[in-house]
Amino acid sequence: MSPKMSRREFLQHALAGTGIAVAVTMTPLGYRVFSAADAAAGEFVPSVWLTIAPNETVTVMVAKSEMGQGVSTSLPMLVADELEANWGSVRFVFAPADDKFRDPVWGTQATGGSTSIRHLYEPLRLAGAAAREMLIAAAAREWKVPAEECLAANGVVRHKRKLKSFSFGQLTSMVAGIAPPAKPKLKTPQEFRLIGKEIPRLDVPEKVSGAAIFGMDVKVPGMLVAAVAHPPLIGAHPASYSSAAALKIKGVRQIIKLPKGVAVCADSLPAARGGVDVLKIKWEGGDPKLDNASLDARFAKALNESGIKAKETGDPATAFNAAAKKLEATFSLPYLAHATMEPMNCTAHITAERCEVWAPTQNQTGVKAMAEKISGLPADKVLVNTTYLGGGFGRRFETDVVEEALLLAKATGKPVKVIWAREDDFRNDFYRPMNLSRVAASLDSQGKITGWQHKVVCPSIFARVFPDTMKNGVDQAAVEGVANLDYDVPNLSVNYVRIDTPVPVGFWRSVGSSHNAFVVETMMDELAYLAGVDPVEFRLSHLGGNPNAYAVVKTASMRAGWGKPLPSGKGRGFAFHRSFDTNVAMVAEVAVDRKSGRVKVSRVVCAVDCGPVVNPEIVRSQIEGAVCFGLSAALKERVEIAAGGVVSGNFSNYDLLRMNEAPRIEVHLVKGQDKPGGIGEPGVPPIAPAVANAVFAAIGARFRELPLSPKAILKALKKT
Amino acid sequence: MISLTVNGKKYQVDAAPDSKLLWVLREQLGLTGAKFGCGIGMCGACTVLVDGKARRSCITPVSAVKGKKVVTIEGLPENHPLKVAWIAEQVPQCGYCQPGQMMQAAGLLNEHPKPTESEIDSAMSGCLCRCGTYQRVKSAINRAAGKGKKP
Ligand code: FES
Ligand code: FES
Repeated sequence: MSPKMSRREFLQHALAGTGIAVAVTMTPLGYRVFSAADAAAGEFVPSVWLTIAPNETVTVMVAKSEMGQGVSTSLPMLVADELEANWGSVRFVFAPADDKFRDPVWGTQATGGSTSIRHLYEPLRLAGAAAREMLIAAAAREWKVPAEECLAANGVVRHKRKLKSFSFGQLTSMVAGIAPPAKPKLKTPQEFRLIGKEIPRLDVPEKVSGAAIFGMDVKVPGMLVAAVAHPPLIGAHPASYSSAAALKIKGVRQIIKLPKGVAVCADSLPAARGGVDVLKIKWEGGDPKLDNASLDARFAKALNESGIKAKETGDPATAFNAAAKKLEATFSLPYLAHATMEPMNCTAHITAERCEVWAPTQNQTGVKAMAEKISGLPADKVLVNTTYLGGGFGRRFETDVVEEALLLAKATGKPVKVIWAREDDFRNDFYRPMNLSRVAASLDSQGKITGWQHKVVCPSIFARVFPDTMKNGVDQAAVEGVANLDYDVPNLSVNYVRIDTPVPVGFWRSVGSSHNAFVVETMMDELAYLAGVDPVEFRLSHLGGNPNAYAVVKTASMRAGWGKPLPSGKGRGFAFHRSFDTNVAMVAEVAVDRKSGRVKVSRVVCAVDCGPVVNPEIVRSQIEGAVCFGLSAALKERVEIAAGGVVSGNFSNYDLLRMNEAPRIEVHLVKGQDKPGGIGEPGVPPIAPAVANAVFAAIGARFRELPLSPKAILKALKKT
Repeated sequence: MISLTVNGKKYQVDAAPDSKLLWVLREQLGLTGAKFGCGIGMCGACTVLVDGKARRSCITPVSAVKGKKVVTIEGLPENHPLKVAWIAEQVPQCGYCQPGQMMQAAGLLNEHPKPTESEIDSAMSGCLCRCGTYQRVKSAINRAAGKGKKP
């Protein structure tokens, strides 16, 4: 690959004529490596995952979206370590949407569920190891020695005894005809040179220089910029509008009706927005009676339904009736917005021969399918480029804005970039579902839980997105973190009541665990007090059969100085939750201002066991970020719905956590499980209950609803 | 035509006087470092320096910067203590808010070369970061100000 070659040319080279479907694919026997297509002249392309150029550059294809979670560093580290590459020569490019880059476990090219490392830990290492063995074989053939006498390290293959060596770049011209090994040998953890190290992120320099290209920054020659008027009421659509005034605005080119709105295409965004303001649209549809109060009532009514059994062990009802100490409580959590800092946007261009999309997307397979459908072009004529994502959190799994860009590209014949205003973004989200839960739990005289009956009323995300995964009518996401409760509870039942409302719902960082952890961990705290047992001790006494979880709980509590006295008005709260195969425990320290009702979280101590760590610095920053994300929701966030539409429209009426509200965060990594766990999401679920439990410790008031707004705190203080 | 000085270069742009500086920078000058986040001055993603002071370019009419010096993230030198500190502390996650954070921090350091914790909080709390990099932003500012590694 010539150093001057553009990213696009590189992709075309790397993918030219690739007849072989997947480089590393999962078979019943585990992962197998296939060779890639013929290499471009001078390059060595041992699989679709990497290319080695004569100038020593190792380019790793990153088939996951970089939305801050560090995959553009951690995934190349997996390849480079096994390859024995010189890290300074390693670069990455984002893979185009292509069958070859489908996730080997999911069978789709998408990023979510904290799966990037979990699903690619072995495949990418195998891709690196296979390439290393091929380079060694090439050198051995050249020297006419057995491969066992050669060694790869730091971008060079050398003979173990003789003074002979070839750089990887030199070997690219000698590797022809070397077949990929059937079973490349992976390193033992002791042999890792990169994995486990705090390697600086590859994406940071361009994010600091300002050069990083997000979807918002895409520029295509001849491009129009579009703004879209979206319906004020959920589910409404445009009935009529008038183009005349908009077309008079300088720079406005075309007005186009879309299924869910009206778009103004212009030479600049301000012109397009000016056009949107004067369209005089008449809308029809929607339900003006929809608001928070009517939704609350619907959920409350649904709570009386018995729902579908998601889990049943033993007989919790009998245990409850027989128990001396018992507690029944109802918990309610609101709809939440994603509020990625980069508002939704997408750029598309459709000609008779070709369709190209530039999208900050978490869902390449979905975008490509949409592009094929709307352009009417076959897969090989559709190119989907993934840019950097200015936040994702699940929102960018959806393809609604992509559809708008494609429809406008088709209608205008020009490249079109659709940019949503912040108000569009807030009001046309796929929200974290509102939910209502009721738990009835019982204790024996030893302070052990004897029974736990749990009911979750929650709209279904999976019914829309992955209907095949609905088991017996149960949305697994809605009950995650409860149906697989980590505590020893002999009698457990979990029922799911699906409620369908017009409010669209979608994946929001940590999905069902974002609400269920709050319910379970608040309940655990309340039960501990009921039993007269310290909340940490209470949890430990129900984690006897789970040494990894036990260790995480212990670590967080010790590091936080659990039990040490605090001044009055301050409190410490604890929570533990396992999600996405990772155990996380947190201790939050809060101060409650009795006058203003403000909760200030000063310190959060986290213990995390995500198994083998690829890059500890990235793991720590993900947990720091997740704490802020979860805390923002715990203290401030709630989507306001009135008169059929979403009122929350900008940071003026849906504010996020700001620096003056952010706590000091300590992250302690615990070595426990031997399989990698996820890291993007598991830090979110425990923070809200840890804070609510800390507020209880500080002021003696329980909160079974979020957010812990000053208003809610003041109301509770009045009662105590 | 309005004349502007951005990152030390003089430009003539064809824009209405009330056009917002952010879109002139992004669409007409091709400087996409300053980001659009809210358009109402509440997130800080669009922050640039105007005569050394941090300003929200999404609500600043281009006419207001006539004859003034505008600096965007692209104009902050690579070896600027803030850029060096941002890399050392590995601040960015998604990175979208970071140009705004850095320009706000640059304005802060112009005013307070050794800011206190509360000066940092009050200057920086207008810059939202959905990824939650606040702790690292703080460390990086302290590092750039020569105030030791961690707060
Ligand atoms: S875009 Fe200017 S403050 Fe948000
Ligand atoms: S780094 Fe993503 S919003 Fe700040």
